[in-house]
Amino acid sequence: MMLIDCPWCGPRGHVEFTYAGDATVKRPAPDASEAAFADYVFLRDNRRGPHRELWHHTAGCRRFVEVHRNVLTHEILGTSAPEVSK
Amino acid sequence: MSLAYSALSLARHALTGHRHWPRAWRDPAPKPRYSVIIIGGGGHGLASAYYLAKEHGITDVAVLERGWLGGGNTGRNTTIIRSNYLLEPNAHFYEFSLKLWEGLSRDLNYNAMVSQRGVINLAHSDSQLDQFAHRGNAMRLNGIDCELLDRAAVQRMVPILDYSDHVRFPIYGGLLQRRGGTARHDAVAWGFARAADRRGVDIIQNCEVTGIRVENGRVQGVETSRGYIAADKVGMAVAGHSGHVAAMAGLRLPIESHVLQAFVSEPLKPCIDTVVTFGVGHFYVSQSDKGELVMGGDIDMYNSYAQRGNMPMVEHTLSAGLAILPMMSRLRMMRLWGGVMDMSMDGSPIIGKTPIEGFYINGGWCYGGFKATPASGFVFAHTIAQDRPHKLNEHFTLDRFDRGAAIDERGAGPTPNAH
Repeated sequence: MMLIDCPWCGPRGHVEFTYAGDATVKRPAPDASEAAFADYVFLRDNRRGPHRELWHHTAGCRRFVEVHRNVLTHEILGTSAPEVSK
Repeated sequence: MSLAYSALSLARHALTGHRHWPRAWRDPAPKPRYSVIIIGGGGHGLASAYYLAKEHGITDVAVLERGWLGGGNTGRNTTIIRSNYLLEPNAHFYEFSLKLWEGLSRDLNYNAMVSQRGVINLAHSDSQLDQFAHRGNAMRLNGIDCELLDRAAVQRMVPILDYSDHVRFPIYGGLLQRRGGTARHDAVAWGFARAADRRGVDIIQNCEVTGIRVENGRVQGVETSRGYIAADKVGMAVAGHSGHVAAMAGLRLPIESHVLQAFVSEPLKPCIDTVVTFGVGHFYVSQSDKGELVMGGDIDMYNSYAQRGNMPMVEHTLSAGLAILPMMSRLRMMRLWGGVMDMSMDGSPIIGKTPIEGFYINGGWCYGGFKATPASGFVFAHTIAQDRPHKLNEHFTLDRFDRGAAIDERGAGPTPNAH
């Protein structure tokens, strides 16, 4: 079990959360090119190491949490409230 | 160079107590240059090298493996082979693969222990059985064997499942592919390795690729832990780590890496002589020759390059298993392991060219890489040798996502952990 420190609820087991993917992808402006949207929808850095990602606290406060986690070791490096723009 | 395996060679070596078998493949030092380098010494990479030599006469090939042969996902799966797909590109590709499996042991002169014991997908409602009829009809139109079974027929074939009246998910029937089954995972890697080696391919273990040299949009060679190696063409077959290796060439992929766990129980007397998949939760089971139940389920759902998973998914998978196999409740698990899956954005593989000239990708296998091994190597070798895809992988291109031509067998959309 990974312990995720929810900024609103405190440390909780990861089974309370639903994984929502890479937190660094940003939706392009509405008038951006098709290629920019294809990048946004499909392409991921998928790095082997520290990864910024979103988890939804489904069985808790139901808010999104940004988790900084090493995907090679599963070590959680920190959590924060995600930027509102997401 | 090793000689062919046969009853005669077995008898001859028996006379000397099996002490003088030659090694199955050489252990060469890397040459400074090759025509083709394959990154990744798993089943797919070794099969690619074998078919490059056999089908295209290209033997100046090196397979570079970071660890040992088949130590990645080739040794971390549930060994199931089948071709029960709905969509045409998948159906034709996996059916070709199953046909290669059927002749593989003879072709490689190595017993891949292919066992066509059948694969049954269980249906747990009328609508699910209808959906299976739909898929079964599509398979038969594509020339692939399958049978729709009613409840009584499933019960005759797999009597050990729970057919009582009070279960939450009663068994309504199933879709059976008799030609599906299992194969021996290690033997696949070793068989392809030995057969490729006998045709002159250099198999180089403990050689990690640390960089890919690209100049003017063309690949030049690879940096490795054993020095720089130049090559005319480089193919990567490192599924699980495709994102990591592609980044060395400056590519981003429509792939996320996720961990998938599998389990082996203590050995039992023979009780399941086919492969069974649960139709509600994600759970599949077969019985190994040693009597162990071999089981798998869902990925852990979060990005991971760690070759290990977490306990909640163990509980999730085994509770799904108990829903159809209550006899498992007192069974002890002997081993569990995690493999890193290339989860693509549409659930289908990517085999083809990249924007970099002379650099080819074979990845995005999601859960389905093992059964694809021979066909994957066959079409990847063709793609590398001819610099254009084979008919069977022309739909599995890297650029299909930009073109809106995704091959989404499950209809789950661009959500890698849902495929």
